[in-house]
Amino acid sequence: MTRVISKQSGQTWFPVIGLEVHCQLRTRTKLFCGCANEFGAEPNTQVCPVCSGQPGALPVMNSRALELALRAAVALDCDVAPWSKFDRKNYFYCDLPKGYQISQFDRPYCTGGGIELASGKRIALTRIHLEDDAGKAIHDRGPDTLVDLNRAGIPLIESVTEPDLTNADEAFEYLTRLKEIFQYIGASDCDMEKGSLRCDVNISVRLEGEELRTKVELKNLNSFRNVKAAIDYEIQRQIEAWENPDETAHPVQETRLYDTNRGVTRTMRAKEDAHDYRYFPDPDLPELHVSAEQLERIRRELPELPAARRARYAEQFELSEYDASVLASEREVADYFELAVRGSGRAKETANWITNELLSARNERGPETKLEELGVSAEALAEMIELIAAGTLSKSAGRKVLAAMIETGKRAGVLVVELGLEQVQDTGQLEEWCRAALVGQDKAIADIRDGQQKAIGALIGQVMKASAGKADPAKAREILLRFVQEHG
Amino acid sequence: MRDAHGLRQSILAGERTVLDVARATLASIDERADLNAFLPVEAEPILERARELDESLARGAAEPGALFGVPVALKANLAYEGRELTCGSRILSGYRPPYTSTVVQRLLDAGALPIATTNMDEFAMGSSGENSAFAPTLNPWARDYTPGGSSSGSAASVSAGIVPLALGSDTGGSVRQPAALCGVTGFKPTFGRVSRYGLVAFGSSLDQVSPFANSVRDAELIANCISGADPMDSTCLEHAPIQPVERANLKGLRIGLPAEAFGDGLDASVRQKVEAAIEALCELGAERVPISLPHSEHAVATYYVVATAEASSNLARFDGVRFGARQEGDGSLAGMMGATRADGFGDEVKRRILLGTHVLSSGYYEAWYGRAQRVRRLIHDDYRRAFESCDVVICPTSPTPAFRLGERKADPVAMYLSDVLTVPASLAGLPALSIPCGTVSSDSGDANLPVGLQWIGPALGDESLLAAAKAFQSNTDFHLATPPLRREQAGA
Repeated sequence: MTRVISKQSGQTWFPVIGLEVHCQLRTRTKLFCGCANEFGAEPNTQVCPVCSGQPGALPVMNSRALELALRAAVALDCDVAPWSKFDRKNYFYCDLPKGYQISQFDRPYCTGGGIELASGKRIALTRIHLEDDAGKAIHDRGPDTLVDLNRAGIPLIESVTEPDLTNADEAFEYLTRLKEIFQYIGASDCDMEKGSLRCDVNISVRLEGEELRTKVELKNLNSFRNVKAAIDYEIQRQIEAWENPDETAHPVQETRLYDTNRGVTRTMRAKEDAHDYRYFPDPDLPELHVSAEQLERIRRELPELPAARRARYAEQFELSEYDASVLASEREVADYFELAVRGSGRAKETANWITNELLSARNERGPETKLEELGVSAEALAEMIELIAAGTLSKSAGRKVLAAMIETGKRAGVLVVELGLEQVQDTGQLEEWCRAALVGQDKAIADIRDGQQKAIGALIGQVMKASAGKADPAKAREILLRFVQEHG
Repeated sequence: MRDAHGLRQSILAGERTVLDVARATLASIDERADLNAFLPVEAEPILERARELDESLARGAAEPGALFGVPVALKANLAYEGRELTCGSRILSGYRPPYTSTVVQRLLDAGALPIATTNMDEFAMGSSGENSAFAPTLNPWARDYTPGGSSSGSAASVSAGIVPLALGSDTGGSVRQPAALCGVTGFKPTFGRVSRYGLVAFGSSLDQVSPFANSVRDAELIANCISGADPMDSTCLEHAPIQPVERANLKGLRIGLPAEAFGDGLDASVRQKVEAAIEALCELGAERVPISLPHSEHAVATYYVVATAEASSNLARFDGVRFGARQEGDGSLAGMMGATRADGFGDEVKRRILLGTHVLSSGYYEAWYGRAQRVRRLIHDDYRRAFESCDVVICPTSPTPAFRLGERKADPVAMYLSDVLTVPASLAGLPALSIPCGTVSSDSGDANLPVGLQWIGPALGDESLLAAAKAFQSNTDFHLATPPLRREQAGA
């Protein structure tokens, strides 16, 4: 449990934090109509009578959304309700075309479940429910508020944790794990910049042994980093407020916005302004039924999740925790890795080539890039690794070949020949380069004879340079050592 | 024009064109403008459609639909792409929906000539037509009287012979009650047999698109066209369309007579007509079965909780943001929405939104909405038990004949009690129809007013209910009575 010692009083405070995370489901169409669920289209081009709230239009449930929502529930080990229902959450706002959101109130489609952090601590979920997204009100383009309804009706799952988190780092890690899992199972992109993941924080602080104190809800958190910063700020703010001898300065139940520019939270609305949403069962939609068979099928079809893969990579392939973690955190990368290992039979080398070379090449192209867009198939990478293992290609030449593979899409075997990078194993040629490398290197030769083995590195470097990277460095080393001994 | 079957036949026989029918209908609408049955009708699209139908017939393109060339008046809460859809409200003035309701599309598919739109109580809230934001509809039988509501214009237009068929919507009796008061047939199918897609919602769990006709046979014809599963409405049942079924006679039909519907509140002249009709039924072979529907005394209260709760949410979308009228108010968003709704909605709509908002409010939900849902279940169970001993429940449609314009307007509770005999079947989702069973003299003796006989069937028993009522009409002539022509009426 995290303790925060007040700078002012020296008292020990315990933060209590819960998260509410909205994720847009990656369906082709919206939750209750056939409009496209796609980011970035011209405003109000993905609308129809249903999602624009035309009088008389009715919602019809998208079964794909339920499928994805169920995957999420199964992946997070939740208890799926055999039946649940949709309720209307009534409030007025310009981005809410029907005047109500279709959500789930007292019978969400699943409850329980949770996520385990690296420390082994489990963050329990209270529930996840399905609902439709509101449109988007745009306030910063001139005097009028503009409304874009492309987003209205996109399926969301809202997952709510128990107040199990005690600091900003745990919140950050929880979000990272949640995102990994949802991306893995294809449920959501979880891209905060595009709004496909949104996070609200419930936070309070208390003294040892106390019941919960007044909680505050934080909104407008548009990156994981901001979630962290806002929590850190808010913990300090609440401690200071509680320690203020003036009781009117104590925290009150309210919703606060995080001001990204100033790094502070400020009041958005007080509790007395809270809405009475007048939830009631939506008479336009039948109850949602989930059969044991459907659930079983989803369980069966679920991919191995990141945590399980991480553990397996460390165990089966003896990878470092870091490598295992990097490879397992994205499903595409993990699948690619496993396919490449199947081809090359060399896990460690494959892991290195992916984490050092391919992922940096991908990241250079921007955060959106997929591994497959580099045009190097897992089989092609495996071939290249085999060429190195067979001594046909040096590691440094391998880097050039891989760059060329990305550039041209050609296979390693072809490029080695085209670029003339085939490793030279011919002893006569190697001896020639080694002899040249030793010219005028009397000091190095003396050092090596004195047992200073590292001086050999510079000499190998000379050979590699002279050979344009084609010399087999291991063989060059052997020959150089022989020459040094013979030199005497 | 009173007979849809006959009209279609005469068109197919080449005795008249659809264009003739369209022109005659438009002329008749003008001639009976005094009734306020129609809201402004755009003639050109109707004539255009008529010409197309005539051409398709001349080409011999396809098998002519079941409603070929038949004008069907549409209540102003049914979406028909490009046609003004006001719901009898100022808040929607000028609104033209970008899509067509399932029922109107099915009418088009059947070759019908939809006529948009008929006058109604604003957002279907009312039992007299007086809550229309435009003008009250008058009863063709006596113009000082209301035609009932909320599908006032649709009932009046069929009663006056302007159109042979009309669609209304029945939430708590909004088709059956005006059918009774105007002396026509009104049929509310089992909830879910007709799609609600494109019907502007009032009480979603109760609303049902329902036809008016001059005979059960014609009502069945249009019900067959508009019913059946619809992928656009998830509350619409998977069942096949309502099929015409024939019944040779009424022998052995067990008619359940609920004691509660024949109590003190029933007008003596209505009681007499209904009992005479029951006598006629028995003469045709039906058997009386006394039944009890003990929870029906709570039906009106339950109905006004459930329907207003749903309405308070359904009407939230009329906020001035996307369509319809807008008042800027103080310029803020809340101010604009408040001003738009304050100006756009009439008193009755506001009253029901307030009621509905209250019954769903935190702290009141259980006592009102929660309890109403439980009573609704009890009412449903009453009927289920009753249908163990009878085939059809027979009772009056309305406890009184048509009442005078203005008579109940100042007293909402008296107005709500107009629905006392129709809301139970609505809450139970059952098929029900109202057919004429004679006329009575008004209190002042200045007019003859129709009385309606209500038939309620078990869930999904639409076909046998219609079959029985058809058999009754084939042996009686109550349904052939027509209101006096305009010139015959006092004050015309």
